[in-house]
Amino acid sequence: MPEREAITLDAAAVPSEADVARPLSLWLDRRRLLIGAAVIAGLVAPLVVANFTIFQLTMVMIYGLAILGLNLLTGFNGQFSLGHSAFYGIGAYTAAILMSGSADLPYYWTLPCAGAVCFIVGIAIGLPALRLQGLYLALATFALAVALPQLLKSHLLEEMTGGVQGIVIDKPDPPAGLPINADQWLYYFTLAVLLVMFAAAAGLVRSRTGRAIMAIRDHPIAAAAMGINTARYKTLTFGVSALYTGIAGALGAIVVQFVAPDSFNFLLSVNFLVGLIVGGISSIPGSLFGGVFVLFVPNIAEKVSTGLSGAVYGVILLLLIFLMPSGAAGFVRRAAAWLARLRRASNSELPIGRSTR
Amino acid sequence: MMLEVRGLCAFYGQSQALHGLGFGLAEGGIVTLLGANGAGKTTTLRALCGMVRMTGEIHFDGKPITGRATEDIVRLGIAHVPEARGTFVRMTVEENLRLGAMTRRDHSAIAADIDEVYSIFPRLRERRKQQAGTLSGGEQQMLAVGRGLMLRPRLMLLDEPSFGLAPLIVAELFGILRRLNRERQVAMLIVEQNAALALDLADEAYLLETGRIVMAGPAPEIAKDEAVRRSYLGY
Amino acid sequence: MEQLLQQVVAGLATGAIYATMALAVVMVYQAIDHLNFAQGELATFSTFLAWQMIEWGWSYWAAFALTVAISFVIGVAIDRVLFRPVRNAPILSQLVAFIALFSILNSSDGEIWNFTIKSFPSPFGTKPLFGSGLISTHQAGMVAVTLVMLALLYVFFRGSRLGLAMRAAAANPEAARLVGIRVGWMIALGWGLSTAIGAVAGILIAPVVFLDPNMMLGVLLYGFAGAVLGGLSSPGGAVLGGFAVGIIENLAGTFIPFVGQELKLTVALIVIVAVLMVRPAGIFGRVGVSRV
Repeated sequence: MPEREAITLDAAAVPSEADVARPLSLWLDRRRLLIGAAVIAGLVAPLVVANFTIFQLTMVMIYGLAILGLNLLTGFNGQFSLGHSAFYGIGAYTAAILMSGSADLPYYWTLPCAGAVCFIVGIAIGLPALRLQGLYLALATFALAVALPQLLKSHLLEEMTGGVQGIVIDKPDPPAGLPINADQWLYYFTLAVLLVMFAAAAGLVRSRTGRAIMAIRDHPIAAAAMGINTARYKTLTFGVSALYTGIAGALGAIVVQFVAPDSFNFLLSVNFLVGLIVGGISSIPGSLFGGVFVLFVPNIAEKVSTGLSGAVYGVILLLLIFLMPSGAAGFVRRAAAWLARLRRASNSELPIGRSTR
Repeated sequence: MMLEVRGLCAFYGQSQALHGLGFGLAEGGIVTLLGANGAGKTTTLRALCGMVRMTGEIHFDGKPITGRATEDIVRLGIAHVPEARGTFVRMTVEENLRLGAMTRRDHSAIAADIDEVYSIFPRLRERRKQQAGTLSGGEQQMLAVGRGLMLRPRLMLLDEPSFGLAPLIVAELFGILRRLNRERQVAMLIVEQNAALALDLADEAYLLETGRIVMAGPAPEIAKDEAVRRSYLGY
Repeated sequence: MEQLLQQVVAGLATGAIYATMALAVVMVYQAIDHLNFAQGELATFSTFLAWQMIEWGWSYWAAFALTVAISFVIGVAIDRVLFRPVRNAPILSQLVAFIALFSILNSSDGEIWNFTIKSFPSPFGTKPLFGSGLISTHQAGMVAVTLVMLALLYVFFRGSRLGLAMRAAAANPEAARLVGIRVGWMIALGWGLSTAIGAVAGILIAPVVFLDPNMMLGVLLYGFAGAVLGGLSSPGGAVLGGFAVGIIENLAGTFIPFVGQELKLTVALIVIVAVLMVRPAGIFGRVGVSRV
């Protein structure tokens, strides 16, 4: 055995495996704990609050799902859409038409139907959308958002859609034997759908497909040069995004028990967009926060001042944008990173600060 | 000393690109900054113009210019011909030149100066009404230098003027730079990867490696240095 | 044939409204490189200011001039106070700032001046032009003013130093700084110009559509559509686009049987989208070649 010189390291300067791993694993566990706590709170909530609040919480989840749909397209794939109110509306009307009238489908089957219809519509929009970028795509999707209420009201489709008056739906009953009321049942049903679809989205984003989708957003030319079929992915993302928002629309119709053309105008699209940005673009949990925002903040603004509710809403928006330019998710991320750095610095003697290149 | 730099450090976000640079440029002199990609040459020029976060001291004509906005530094008579030339591609050649004179108040002289730029770069005169984006690389470089000249600068900062140009054009351009320096006493700070050309033109040279000056001296001596010849001059 | 001509001219008349709005839209776009979604609300606010001055007994032209001036200042102020801090934020966040501004203005208009519809005087009178039934004097006046504004702007941007500086600042801000242009102030100026033009648009439009806080909602839409159709990089194209949208909307409503009033807007937008498919930068827009 050749002689080897002992190499002495200044132990304090080099962090050991354990030092680095410990705070990291603590943080990971913390995250899982948080998610677990949230789910538990979600499960318990409807049992302890009033019916109207249950309804509001259900709507929060529905809006969160709709925003997640928009997030997949705009946040993760970089395609700008002002037309998601149309997908929401199409999903809602699909559910309403199938549940009333001659089809008389049970409510749970309307979800996959709404999803399928919206997926197809999404692809149909996504194909021509390939030719448009940025502002122009925004205008085209905006046209879609404006067109839908008008189409729904027009004589052509009046028979099916009920025209200006819309369609009323019966509230579904909870399955026989469960000791909860209809509102609570709808809440749990929505929660289940939410969890499944959020998990699916998270899985998609982490997969190879997800990486391709994000690559197209960041460097479309480089992505194409690497052999990613941008046209196929962009169109498919449009379809999936529409599917998500469409299913949210169907849920919305069931919970609200009513669909009418003017509830699905472009203001809804703007709301979704605001919710997306405030929650944090390309953050999946952020979409849920967006749902909270979209439901509650206009109400809060109304309470502060009835006459100037719009102005109060605007001011709140401005404050949020100034304080959290990357949305709630970005804010949480930065706060967590800052906390983690502080912890790491106090555990070992590493200085915080610039990395040397 | 027209330009004095001491302890210049520059940062992109959290990472430090320049570590305490120091150099000087005499009135009417030509200095070249050499180095490989990523050495910090462009960063130095950008720091001089207030385009990156920096600490240190920069004195122009004896007055400190650190912390001043780019637009104000330009008004002191420093013309920066950036990497990628900064051409206004949708505007005509003539509009680009007029933009170079944006800070000047002597309107009558501007027209005469445009004419002079055309006499130095005849190819630009032919294309004066064309959109600048349709010019070839060499012509755009000439346009960029011409635009810099419209400022009637005392100091020109040139970032890789030879980049992407055919050798004949480059020789022509550097010949013009030499003439400008001699006839109008325009001082020049030239950042170049083409060491041979730059050392031929400059009075003094500084060699940068990862944000630090590793060698400095009169250009002819640097050109003769063994290590420089091997690494940068290829023989 | 007579009806076709009638509808085309009527379309031109409404198109004048859209054209003016489209011009304001393109103006700010050239300055800040994206659309100002609160443009309509700013114009409405300006129109309310003018209305208030006239209510207080001022002459029409005094109110007009002062409103345009104040609007210019408001535009500059909004840029410096509101949009400068978020200029480095992601573009979608800036969008939220626009939405917020929109909301604040719309709500404030309603609160200060309430939602009852008000009439607004016209300096051109409302008699039919030259006695024919095609177009009224006011509508002709609108067309004329729009064209005059366009001409003035053209001269400003192509012929003056400041105009050149503004164009440069919008086209390539970094290079503009390197020639000494104060880019921040150029952007503010663009905002001011755009708000001023919007004020003129509002004052001209109000006599036709009547003044209320939601006056500009539809108009702004058509204005955007016209601007995009004509090409966002071309003020002349935007004006033509605005006129075109007016004509298309009218013709579609009159001649295509199932369209009627409800789907007029949809058809107009579909036509625009169709055009964009063929010419993504708009009819007169200059296609930017991006080198990889």
